[in-house]
Amino acid sequence: MLTKRIIPCLDIKNGRTVKGINFIDLRDAGDPVELAEIYAEAGADELVFLDISATEERRKTLAELVYHVGEKVNIPFTVGGGISSIEDVDILLQNGADKVSINSSAVKNPQLINDLVAKFGSQCIVVAIDAKQINGEWVVHLVGGKVPTELNLFAWAKEVEQRGAGEILFTSMNNDGTKDGFANKALARLSTELNIPIIASGGAGTMQHFTDTFIEGKADAALAASVFHFKEIEIVDLKRQLKKEGIPVRL
Amino acid sequence: MKIVIINYGAGNIQSIKFAIKRLGYDAILTDDVAEIKSADKVIFPGVGEASSAMSKLRESGLDTLVPNLKQPVLGICLGMQLMCNSSEEGKTKGLGIFDVNVVKFTKDVKVPQIGWNEISSLKSTLFSSIPEKSHIYMVHSFYAPVCEETIAVSGYGVNYSAALQKDNFYGTQFHPEKSSKIGEQILRNFLKM
Repeated sequence: MLTKRIIPCLDIKNGRTVKGINFIDLRDAGDPVELAEIYAEAGADELVFLDISATEERRKTLAELVYHVGEKVNIPFTVGGGISSIEDVDILLQNGADKVSINSSAVKNPQLINDLVAKFGSQCIVVAIDAKQINGEWVVHLVGGKVPTELNLFAWAKEVEQRGAGEILFTSMNNDGTKDGFANKALARLSTELNIPIIASGGAGTMQHFTDTFIEGKADAALAASVFHFKEIEIVDLKRQLKKEGIPVRL
Repeated sequence: MKIVIINYGAGNIQSIKFAIKRLGYDAILTDDVAEIKSADKVIFPGVGEASSAMSKLRESGLDTLVPNLKQPVLGICLGMQLMCNSSEEGKTKGLGIFDVNVVKFTKDVKVPQIGWNEISSLKSTLFSSIPEKSHIYMVHSFYAPVCEETIAVSGYGVNYSAALQKDNFYGTQFHPEKSSKIGEQILRNFLKM
């Protein structure tokens, strides 16, 4: 049986992890490779690296990081942040990334999804969607949720699927950072209306939130950052709890 | 030991190179016929679309080389699918090593299947010391149904071949290079053959 995936997300700036990370056993608190290895060992099913650098050398720095992660890590990982062309994706995949995630570039140029899928296959193209619920309507946002677009979440997600994306990573801006749980109603609707896997993101605070997003939110995978980085939740404890609730996980 | 990864421009092969390196070996990436023939172990990777991958194999003549190899050959993911009789993806003929036709998952499951699934009914030394129901990482939209050459079974809506074997030819639908310690043991078993 296919299991539900638990995915820690690492924010990267200039080749280093950014969010405060509270790993006492980490030699170098800013080294993404070492952190990735620890997560793989701890039972993470996948990893997501989100690059937020804004420097000239960002492409090269990110490619180098991907290479070093690939060398060490024996689970799949996705790389996102600022990817806007076939060349960007080519470099990352050649350096060992399993999947890439695109966000703003897909909104600005939806054809990019088709082009990437034609060249690399749907299995490695994840489209990340940030959305905020405003007056009852889910509106797609750009720039980490700061800039609203005219796109409706569900219409855009459907288009993304039709253009061939292999997966959708949906972050609810209403839930992100609240630790109040995932946006399960919207997630369940996405999961029901679409036929590709949906990764839930934004709002993880407790183990119960993961159970809820898999059951009520019908999510295929759940992504979180701070609850893992600050060791508020240990992945192995989380998976044991999920298993107890009857949710299939890899232990 | 000489390990060769067949290079026919089919997607991401860096992770399989890295995985072999972690086991303490170096793999050569090549499309050179003499190099491939003289290898102790051959890995036939594949990510992407079946009919265009078959065209690339035909252009380079690798379509006739691969089925005649005598050393252990491991096809991974699309590599395994191309070793079958045919694939529904792009309606292409395959290399005809495994006597089974690759078909698409039906709409009652999410496609592609992405994530960790279990393998069971394990046969073959490829799975030496691998417990039944071990988890492995899968990413695919098409599958080989269970057949005589099936050496591992997974379920996703239907039961299908997670791995196939005929003589010196092995194929895994899953990615051993991305399947944590279980995957490493499977690769180690293959390299020991």
